[in-house]
Amino acid sequence: MTDATQSAAIAKPKAAGAQQKFLAFASLIVLLIFFSLASPNFLQTSNILAILQATSVNGVLAIAATLVIITGGIDLSVGTLMTFTAVIAGVVLTYMGLPLPLGILAAIGAGAGCGFISGSLVARMKIPPFIATLGMMLILKGLSLVISGTKPIYFNDTPSFPLISTGSLIGSVFPAMPVPNGVLILFVLALFIGWILSKTVLGRYCYALGSNEEAVRLSGVNTDAWKIAIYALAGGICGIAGLLIASRLNSAQPALGLGYELDAIAAVVIGGTSLAGGRGSVLGTIIGALIMGVLLNGLRIMSVAQEWQTVVTGLIIIAAVYADMLRRRKAAS
Amino acid sequence: MTDLVTMTAIDKHFPGVHALKRAQFDLRSGEVHALMGENGAGKSTMMKVLSGIYAPDGGTLRVNGAEVKITGPRAAQALGIGIIHQELALMPDLTVAQNIFIGREPRNAWGVLNEAKLNAAASALFAEMRVEMDPTAEVRGLTIARQQMVEIAKALSFQSRILIMDEPTAALNEAETNELFSIIRRLRGDGVGVVYISHKMDEIMRISDRVTVMRDGAYVGTVQSEGTPIETIISMMVGRALDQVHVEIPDLSAAEVALDVRGLTRGRMVRDVSFSLKKGEILGFAGLMGAGRTEVARAIFGADPRESGEIAVHGKPVQIASPRDAVNAGICYLSEDRKHFGLALGLDLRANVGMASLSRFSDSLGRVDDAALGRVAQDYIASLAIRTPSDRQEVRLLSGGNQQKVVIAKWLLRNCDVLIFDEPTRGIDVGAKAEIYRLLQSLAAQGKAIIVISSELPEVLRLSHRIAVMCEGRLTGFLPGGPQTTQEQIMRLATARDALNKGEAA
Repeated sequence: MTDATQSAAIAKPKAAGAQQKFLAFASLIVLLIFFSLASPNFLQTSNILAILQATSVNGVLAIAATLVIITGGIDLSVGTLMTFTAVIAGVVLTYMGLPLPLGILAAIGAGAGCGFISGSLVARMKIPPFIATLGMMLILKGLSLVISGTKPIYFNDTPSFPLISTGSLIGSVFPAMPVPNGVLILFVLALFIGWILSKTVLGRYCYALGSNEEAVRLSGVNTDAWKIAIYALAGGICGIAGLLIASRLNSAQPALGLGYELDAIAAVVIGGTSLAGGRGSVLGTIIGALIMGVLLNGLRIMSVAQEWQTVVTGLIIIAAVYADMLRRRKAAS
Repeated sequence: MTDLVTMTAIDKHFPGVHALKRAQFDLRSGEVHALMGENGAGKSTMMKVLSGIYAPDGGTLRVNGAEVKITGPRAAQALGIGIIHQELALMPDLTVAQNIFIGREPRNAWGVLNEAKLNAAASALFAEMRVEMDPTAEVRGLTIARQQMVEIAKALSFQSRILIMDEPTAALNEAETNELFSIIRRLRGDGVGVVYISHKMDEIMRISDRVTVMRDGAYVGTVQSEGTPIETIISMMVGRALDQVHVEIPDLSAAEVALDVRGLTRGRMVRDVSFSLKKGEILGFAGLMGAGRTEVARAIFGADPRESGEIAVHGKPVQIASPRDAVNAGICYLSEDRKHFGLALGLDLRANVGMASLSRFSDSLGRVDDAALGRVAQDYIASLAIRTPSDRQEVRLLSGGNQQKVVIAKWLLRNCDVLIFDEPTRGIDVGAKAEIYRLLQSLAAQGKAIIVISSELPEVLRLSHRIAVMCEGRLTGFLPGGPQTTQEQIMRLATARDALNKGEAA
């Protein structure tokens, strides 16, 4: 088993994957060092917590996007689905006055339901994921506005609602570490989905579908059902993101959401997940989301205008993917 | 010997095609039964019926004596039928063990995987096959031959007693083929019935016990491999006898040198390669897979940067840094992978023929003279005998041989006179092969200089005026073409590795 040639043969691809994550991680460290030298305020605990808090919504959405992208698909509806689930939570909690747990269930359930529909469009009706989720994106944006009457829904009747994101469970036990619950939820979710991807059948089929769907189908696996399950899981995670953002704003803002899907996909790509499917990891995605969060925060602290922050984000995405291409080309030759 | 499979009067229609016409096939335990026929004869369709991928429109199917309906891949697996597809159906991002047990992963009630059990089961399979394999290796990193072992292990993991192999050696070299054959023989010894689909006559003769031939979706006949001459089988396949042709070697002593390559070097695959090629000459490049033949072609063509070496065309030194430079110098390269590198499959024949010469057919505003292009395309359809309804036919709908002719037309129109063919007949059936051979010979007779890279020794011998043999990036020798050169002589040079390593003369 430990024959030298054999271990060399397996070490190669595994090392390549690790290298990819290392590259992203190293970029994150470089950014952290750069900004802490550029601004003394950057490394303060309050600022670090602000970065993490700001990253939590994009991070959760990016985890959802990662699942779908690993299958070789794409989900453009994560942003407006987040808004839609926030509105649903608003309807259940504020309009109907039902208790908080029901609101949480409704948001996650609505997300999973929409994901189920997207997945069915892709798997059963064979609509390309780009088109199916583009349609869902617009449908959900419209529905959010219709249901809410184009006005924000506030959660003033549910005083505990903002605590979902801004409260600090960790802080109540360790007062020295006031980590907001939103951040805690992001990391717990990341660990959980990371575990799903590496240890469960669902995760195995995520990679297998992205790697060679036809081969999986010919192996007698019900590929359609698994694909729908993956989209539904991603949708449910968007429901969590919807709760996080609504809780942070103490309101469901129906006009929000468009553009979030691109930030999420950007984080996935920077984290080294291949848009072609078959490879990727939640850890990479979290690093990617953190890179984006650190970048935006750092540039703001350095008083760079917001429009230029957007330009820099675009450059970072291109640079990240180009670095990955270079590495691959080197590995291939 | 018991009958494992009996297929009788199998009918299958696709829109516009009667793919199987009351075809029949049977398989006994402990035999290797070759299924032969030209492309489109219905071999793969027949085996897809057997493996549950297609449902037949009519006919009966018996497995182990009992009549069955196979409703899908899973039902076929349950009956002990395993298929190894021509295009390997593996997931490159997953490990060996994960591939083998896809869909049947050891798991608990919550869907949590038991990876240790998975790897142990895969190890046990390979131990049974007597093949060294690390179950945790990622499939992407394996050679095609090793990937095939994974496919076989996967088929065997279903306790398959019936194993279908579709062109298993298409991408294997000699040594890998031998290893595959020894595994097949072991399986046969254990009572497994193997259906073996291949175009390679010599392999069929080596490995099979019986041969069934199909033509145009119908059953032609079954013969014992032993004692049946190859010519008989070929004539069963094509419906006529092919005459044994030997290459006629023209006198090229007075011919001008068209291409001269000196000291070409790139990495480990191309080491100090020097040769020259005359007008009207067909130079065959033989060697095992991975000997560096394709790499030599790509370095000449400028597709890969070279480290050193000089190239002269018609006596004049040329600087080739990119395929564009090469084409301008009159060198073209016809890749073995026509579909990826040679053709725009979704475009019509006319557009493909004009692809490399559009500037000649357009005015200063960039408007393309489509009518003129159409006339040229018609000319090539006639002169190269391309079988197509019109020059507006999408090339993806043409057969492999006709697609190859479209690529040739494209380069002829570009005025290329040094043509490098990489595996020109891969995926092309026997009848069309002979036609491609004739075409290459007539191109040579018109003064084109031609290099043919081929892994099939009979093809090299059939075509080449002169044969260059490579081993591990070096040219190990030249042999004259024609009947006096044997496959053994070529193989000796192609495996001259030891001599090279010791620094002795090959």
